[in-house]
Amino acid sequence: MSAPTATGGRAGRRADGTASRTRGGPAPGGGPRRRRLAEHVAGWSFAGPSTLLVLGFSFLPMAWALRLSFTDSDLMTGGQNVGLANYRTLAEDPVFWTSLRNTLTLVAMYVPASLVLGLLAAMLLNKPLRGIGFYRVCFLVPFVASAAAEGLLMGYIFDRDFGVVNGALSMAGLPTQGFLADPGQAMYVLGAIFIWKQFGFNVIIYLAALQEIPAETMEAAAIDGAGPWARFRHIVVPSVKPITLFLAVWGLIDSLQFFDLIVTTTKGGPVNSTVTVVYYVWQLAFDMFTAGYGAAVAYTLFAASLAVIVLALALGRRKGSLQ
Amino acid sequence: MTLAQDHPTRRPSRPVRRRAGRWRLPSARHAVLLPLSLFMVAPFVYMLAASVMSETELHRFPPAIIPSGVDLGGYRKVLAESDFQRWFLNSVIVSTTVVVSQVVLCSMAGYAFARMRFFGGRTVLTLILATTLVPFQLTVIPTFLVFSKVHLVDTLPALIVPQLASALGVYLMTSFFRGFPRELEEAARMDGCSRWGVFFRVVLPVARPAIAALAVIMFIYSWNDLFWPLVAITSEDKYTVQVGLATFQGQHKADWSQIMAGTVLATVPVLVIFLVGQRRFVQALSGAVKG
Repeated sequence: MSAPTATGGRAGRRADGTASRTRGGPAPGGGPRRRRLAEHVAGWSFAGPSTLLVLGFSFLPMAWALRLSFTDSDLMTGGQNVGLANYRTLAEDPVFWTSLRNTLTLVAMYVPASLVLGLLAAMLLNKPLRGIGFYRVCFLVPFVASAAAEGLLMGYIFDRDFGVVNGALSMAGLPTQGFLADPGQAMYVLGAIFIWKQFGFNVIIYLAALQEIPAETMEAAAIDGAGPWARFRHIVVPSVKPITLFLAVWGLIDSLQFFDLIVTTTKGGPVNSTVTVVYYVWQLAFDMFTAGYGAAVAYTLFAASLAVIVLALALGRRKGSLQ
Repeated sequence: MTLAQDHPTRRPSRPVRRRAGRWRLPSARHAVLLPLSLFMVAPFVYMLAASVMSETELHRFPPAIIPSGVDLGGYRKVLAESDFQRWFLNSVIVSTTVVVSQVVLCSMAGYAFARMRFFGGRTVLTLILATTLVPFQLTVIPTFLVFSKVHLVDTLPALIVPQLASALGVYLMTSFFRGFPRELEEAARMDGCSRWGVFFRVVLPVARPAIAALAVIMFIYSWNDLFWPLVAITSEDKYTVQVGLATFQGQHKADWSQIMAGTVLATVPVLVIFLVGQRRFVQALSGAVKG
């Protein structure tokens, strides 16, 4: 886009070349030049509204958030410029580090588990099977229902005093647990709920990827004496690798934004044991009205996660080319 | 791949063994899949069961699994003691507006990006896709400031406007129209139809499967949205269902029959839409990644 006229001209010519049959015929209007202009106008009038909305609600606020992170905004006013003070506060804020540790606990739990379980379940479905539609629907129900409702539901199921899980434990003669009320367990329980909720999405995506592997490849390998494990390791895993990378990045983004389930279960407690970074941002900005500081926390998480994602993609690409 | 190429001649020689293998496996797979799918939906079945349990059943330990009778007290209470009907209506208003707008705007944009060559088109599409990497916690504070500046905070439009179009919608429709045969449009263009005429009279009616998928996904997304409504809405009569549910936590700490009834009512619409459109939903999800 450095030379707009040249690019525009090239695009226009290509349009005339490849699509002259499409639009060249009895199109209304004058010569090719006017038609080209009409094409630009038509294109923008079709794409303009969505473009304005999507870009306007992402990049503009993103830039503004960066500016806010250098202020002491209280959500009502823009605030005074305070330079790097927010970022300095953040480095010494124990709640921030707690929230970061909680978030990383979730990532470490969720990303590997959802990949492994998703792939295994998808492999079970990846053959002609009676009732496959039923299974697919069952797997997707938790993904489709709202996290708010599921949070309340799980709050009851894992309730310390009346919950079904503790009921089952006590009937089995095992000690009952605090679960969401226990600071040592709450984050892991939420992680498990999150895996349960998102599991179906990974299954569907992996299933689509598995169906791209030619059946002959697997059959040939089987005939050549490759056992199930060898086929899995040497055919399935490499074939779905791009999808694994995609799902890993997607899962990372998802778990970094973990928020809804906390709102209807623990609200960050007990004793901050389930405050994730995003939940902390929300508390800072909309509960304590320290919007400038909240923006700084949000930006720190964003910068860190972007670095990880870029690194993962770069690594994935390099490994891919080596094979 | 390499294995197949090493011994191409051996492949067709033993089809029998393969078929035998296929025949034996299913039962074993069902033995895993059936309990697994039960595990996935059981909490929802229990939610439904708990919603018709009596207070005493809900506060028993060990808890009841099967309700002894149908006690609609929870439903009665949630409808009488909270603004639930109002929240439900608000959710319906927001979600349907969002779906209609997404269908129109994202189809238009997808059509333009797939079919028309216009100045900056490719760059803009890349930028739109890149916005999926911008997390909401980053944009939420400035977005709130903008809406409070134009005095739209605590109104339903504040919930609707940011969702009028989406990167996902644009992407889904762009990839759909890329794989869509041109012949129909060409014929209509030959007949002297304008770009807009072609789009609304020829393209949109044929794009129904993609539009259905987009509508299902956007309805689910919009209906379930919690973060932004929680931030943008403060008056109780403008809550969406999800915000209403969020206020249940803590407020009705021990009133599980009411909470379970509320979660059932909030979940039913989205499950119905999903069950009706699940094939399109799955196709769109799997197609989005492959495309």
